Amino acid sequence: MQGKRKLGGWLFLGLVLAAYGATVLIDPGLARAAFADFLAMFGKVLPVLVLVFVLMFLVELLLSPERVESWLGRRSGLRGWLLALAAGVLSTGPVYTWYALLAELRAKGMRTALVAVVLYARAIKLPLLPLLAHYFSLRYMLVLSLLIAVFSVVNGVLMERLLRQPQTE
Amino acid sequence: MHMLPILLGMLLLTSLALTLLPREGLRALFGRYESLDVLLGAVIGSVAAGHPLAGYILGGELLADGVSLIAVTALIVTWVTVGIVQLPAEALLLGRRFALTRNLLCFISAIAIAYLTVGVLRLLG
Repeated sequence: MQGKRKLGGWLFLGLVLAAYGATVLIDPGLARAAFADFLAMFGKVLPVLVLVFVLMFLVELLLSPERVESWLGRRSGLRGWLLALAAGVLSTGPVYTWYALLAELRAKGMRTALVAVVLYARAIKLPLLPLLAHYFSLRYMLVLSLLIAVFSVVNGVLMERLLRQPQTE
Repeated sequence: MHMLPILLGMLLLTSLALTLLPREGLRALFGRYESLDVLLGAVIGSVAAGHPLAGYILGGELLADGVSLIAVTALIVTWVTVGIVQLPAEALLLGRRFALTRNLLCFISAIAIAYLTVGVLRLLG
């Protein structure tokens, strides 16, 4: 699985580079603009990547599968759901920077439902809530945030039911 | 270390997608049928790969242009919950079945949330 994933990652990068190559041939200006965007984005994402790598290192170092199982596993109960919800709301940066950490936690016993909750709850962006209220009203912001929190739990439950073998995928 | 090519690929793909998708042209697509607008909003949010801030701003502009709040909400919610551009990375790291199921569920949920949000707001007056 690990070897397949490693190969898949390089294949993915190769395909994206091929898409860039095709863009250079069709519209060099557009490819240049996209690459400039990439450099700017890389600079912005770098601090989050460092944070994720540090967290992954700490997870590897400090969290035993037993501890992950007790905090975020099948027997974590309400605490697990609340932890996942809070982690999703508080996590920053692009979502793809968190996939590897969640995959590692899942391999150590985090239940699939809670992985889905973390990913869904990321839709509640605390620093951006004032802007949402500014554009759409305070009442809209509150109703939408509450519904997203409820649906993050609903999605978590449904994900676990739909993926019958959550730990063996 | 295995996540390095995935992250680099994601950043390159996101920047390419952002450059290819013209924001201004999107407004012209809305305004024919409300239910179609909702679906369109959800699809646009799903393929968008920018910062959520851009989604809020675009949603605000569309609302000001007369697009329904349900369609705008569907766009805002899929923008932050569904990730078509991120799908390859999610599938590689969390499993293809997980990624496909989650994104499909998020797409359906976004439409439900859009209708519920506006319904609740109407109830509250």
